Amino acid sequence: MASSTKKTRPLRTLISLAILIALAVGGLAAGVKWGDADWTPNLALDLEGGTQIILTPVATDGSAITEEDLRQAINVIRQRVDASGVAEAEISSQGGQNIVVALPGTPDQATLDLVRRSAQMNFRPVLVQDYGFAAEPTPTPSATDESTDKATDEPTDKATDESTDEATDESTDEATDGATTGSTGGESKESTDSATATASATSTATDNATDEPTSTPTTQPKTEASNPSDLAQITDTVKKEFDALVCDDSKLTGGDSGDPDAVLVTCSDDGLYKYILGPVEIPGTQIKNAQSGLRVVNNATTNESVVNIEFSNEGKEAFYQTTKRLAEQYAQGSAGADVAPNLFAMVLDGLVISAPQVTQAIPDGRAEISGSFTRQSAATLANQLNFGSLPLDFKVQSEMEISATLGSEQLQKGLLAGLIGLILVVLYSLVQYRVLGFVTVASLVMATIITYIVITYLSWLQGYRLSLAGVTGLIVAIGITADSFIVYFERIRDELRDGRALVGSVEKGWDRARRTILASDAVNLLAAIVLFFLAVGGVRGFAYTLGLTTVIDVIVVFFFTHPLMELLARTRFFGGGHPASGLDPRQLGGRAAVYQGRGRVRAPQATVRKKESDGVTLGGFAGSSATDVEDRPLTIAERRALALREEKPSQPEPTTATDEAPDTQDDVPEAATTEVAGEDEEKH
Amino acid sequence: MARRGFSQWGNDLHTGRRSYNIVGQRKGFFAVSLVIVALCALVLGIRGFNFGIEFTGGSEFTVSGVSDTSQSIATEVVEKTGVTEIPRVSSLGSSAVRVQTVPLEQAQIDEVKAGLAEAYDVGADAVTVTTIGATWGKDVSSKTIQGLIVFVLLVTLVMTAYFRNWRMAAGAILALFHDLILTLGAYALVGWEVTPATMIGFLTILGYSIYDTVVVFDKVRENTDGILAQKRSTYEEQANLAVNQTLVRSINTSVVALLPVSSILFIGAFVLGAGTLRDIALALFVGMAAGTYSSIFLATPIEVALRDREPAIKAHTEKVLALRAGAEAGEPAAAYAVTGKLLPGQHQGHAAQPRRRKK
Repeated sequence: MASSTKKTRPLRTLISLAILIALAVGGLAAGVKWGDADWTPNLALDLEGGTQIILTPVATDGSAITEEDLRQAINVIRQRVDASGVAEAEISSQGGQNIVVALPGTPDQATLDLVRRSAQMNFRPVLVQDYGFAAEPTPTPSATDESTDKATDEPTDKATDESTDEATDESTDEATDGATTGSTGGESKESTDSATATASATSTATDNATDEPTSTPTTQPKTEASNPSDLAQITDTVKKEFDALVCDDSKLTGGDSGDPDAVLVTCSDDGLYKYILGPVEIPGTQIKNAQSGLRVVNNATTNESVVNIEFSNEGKEAFYQTTKRLAEQYAQGSAGADVAPNLFAMVLDGLVISAPQVTQAIPDGRAEISGSFTRQSAATLANQLNFGSLPLDFKVQSEMEISATLGSEQLQKGLLAGLIGLILVVLYSLVQYRVLGFVTVASLVMATIITYIVITYLSWLQGYRLSLAGVTGLIVAIGITADSFIVYFERIRDELRDGRALVGSVEKGWDRARRTILASDAVNLLAAIVLFFLAVGGVRGFAYTLGLTTVIDVIVVFFFTHPLMELLARTRFFGGGHPASGLDPRQLGGRAAVYQGRGRVRAPQATVRKKESDGVTLGGFAGSSATDVEDRPLTIAERRALALREEKPSQPEPTTATDEAPDTQDDVPEAATTEVAGEDEEKH
Repeated sequence: MARRGFSQWGNDLHTGRRSYNIVGQRKGFFAVSLVIVALCALVLGIRGFNFGIEFTGGSEFTVSGVSDTSQSIATEVVEKTGVTEIPRVSSLGSSAVRVQTVPLEQAQIDEVKAGLAEAYDVGADAVTVTTIGATWGKDVSSKTIQGLIVFVLLVTLVMTAYFRNWRMAAGAILALFHDLILTLGAYALVGWEVTPATMIGFLTILGYSIYDTVVVFDKVRENTDGILAQKRSTYEEQANLAVNQTLVRSINTSVVALLPVSSILFIGAFVLGAGTLRDIALALFVGMAAGTYSSIFLATPIEVALRDREPAIKAHTEKVLALRAGAEAGEPAAAYAVTGKLLPGQHQGHAAQPRRRKK
């Protein structure tokens, strides 16, 4: 036999691949049993049914939207959707500028409206703060227990005002992360301190003045208030609303930033507290910058995480006024006066994200929020504040409702089309390559198995979802994957045509086919990668599938088809060139083109004629054909066969000759193949 | 026996006994391609694309589970709500109807939805609504064009590096544009809506066209390796031989690739009606067929035409032709085809020596 120059162990490769696949399946089985994996890949919206909304956040002031803004916007929408009780909603960014919200099933109009609402951030003073959970006594720290009880027990107008005040004062001290606002600059401290002191007188004066109109019951919902912290703004309706408010998940959807000039009753974003907030004092747009970092005291960095806010020039003044008033209230509050707590709420998308305490007026527009922040929570707050500086409207790009029945019909028909396509491909390769076609079929089956496993894994671990476009990509990939086998088989046949024996042909053909397959698959992969990174939406899913199948194609050709061919080449059926094997050298004209020296191959015209007449007699020899007879004396084996044939008369059909082929080979296989190998060497 | 004929044909192509002078007649193929491209451009110019709702913006209603898919019902319903423009109505499969209108207000949408549910006698939840802003499609197309440019640049780089010659990249890219224009033209001619699915189809053509060309070019590269060191055949002849030798592979590949696509196309067009499957499949079908054609009849001839301008190749071709004319008296050249390696020699290594049989 023509010996191979390299030691290959095809069986070992095949077994390794089988073990790998078995391991993958085992891993998946474990995932199904103990994890949240599934035996089938998740389906995308167009197949499963549901609603997809594509939103483009647009800054109301027309400025550009950064990636961070987009992330915050997604968080806002996620908060809304999650809290509204829609399970398995998917919210993702698309192409760096769009937000895709996919809601399975048919969500109601309220949910859809909620998603589309614009998000805002504002600063409002806190009028009343209380625990957000149900009024029933719940296990809470003893100090607050007392105060809340007091508050709820005395539902009369005046008394509640007082008691809630007390309650909130105490509770904030304990639980609002102990957040305090202070000025960053050390030298400004003195001046603000004095400011608080001097301003207190005026503050009480206004309080007294406003006390009067509140006591007289007014029918108008909004009372004239002297300042945003005025408790007189709390009308009966507001009060009732506040008392009834329980901050369970249904209230945490956000989305309603309220009338900026009126009081707002809302919850904190974690549902722990509920608030009555005064009108908007500073819109979020006036935040210049917010950063999280470590607190610096006297030029020394401490280990405490804080959030620094810097206001724009406009905001600076407003912030000064607000902090000044709140600081006064602090002074009054500690003196026992009936005023609002000195809390300042940051309201994002209608929910209070933080309500720090203000103890002194801050004139320079730089505030530091400190408290029991972790580095993470400080960074989160800073991001939320930065997002607030850019109020976003969500423009609906498209809203798509897909009924599940339509999707499943498309999927069914698509899979049917794929099945028909696969059967056609199998039939064609069987006709073209005979038994060798089964290698194509086996490789395609292998590719299908690997693809299925990989997709199921991806949908488990990475949230990959199979869309209709993806399914189409997979079906199209049948053709592209099969091409690798065709290139390979054609190269093997080329080598056979050049007169090489099968083992040598497989080896040599593989060397050449490998390069071509790698080069062409690299181009395909390149296309997939470019599309994946530049395209949006469905195109992206398709590119992903295309890239995946390309890689799997390479894996299958390298670790399945080629080792399989190497093994098959050693069998008698293929190695002997059985007519049905698809690698019959005679059919391929293995000797039809005969090497003539000086790099030339003798054209086989004469041979063909000869074959028609003479082929019968000598067709039975593997690797030999009528052509050979002309150029060289018969080998001993051939002479014997000829003699044998003469003894058995009247078998002139060519079919019988070919049928006999394997038998005759048994006698003389070595002789014939050595001939081939010998000529091989000569050729180069 | 037809198969035998095919395999015999393959043998003949391989040995060069039968050879189609594709590269030699390249001017003819160029002319054909130019005419086709011009026709496609004409179709694109006159007919234009029938842009889908994703590009024009609008509202789409899908009524599923209907027993009567007649389109006039939907038209009447939409007319009743005071929308002056006639909606586009098409049936999806056997039991669903799709109605596309201009962008509607929420109130109008609700009205049409209720009207459709009543008219087709289905429940309200059987009618689904899709509203699409006009910019969505624009976004996708601009991204697509961006992707096309980046892809072309990268492919040029990769192919130039792999084949060590920019001319192959040029041939492949020109063939790619030929395929794209052909696909666009054919799509415009059929008049189906251009949807994101169509875009996906077009983009796949990018990969496939280049892929197919690379396979042919790799054979050309193999055949013309060391072309300058021998004096028997010209670059053109070797390239032509490569095209002929990969002809069987090209045919097999395109048949195998087109079979699944045509089955999707068939099911999509005749069973499902308008939709993703049909749109992708049409774009792919035309594009893949064009890709196979162009990689045989266009890419290599272009490459050879460019290559022939190279001074070294030009000089070599002249030398070979002159030698051949001088040796006229010798064996007729036509009877000999040069296959296999152009240069003899190359040691196969010790292991390649015949081995003593162990038995």
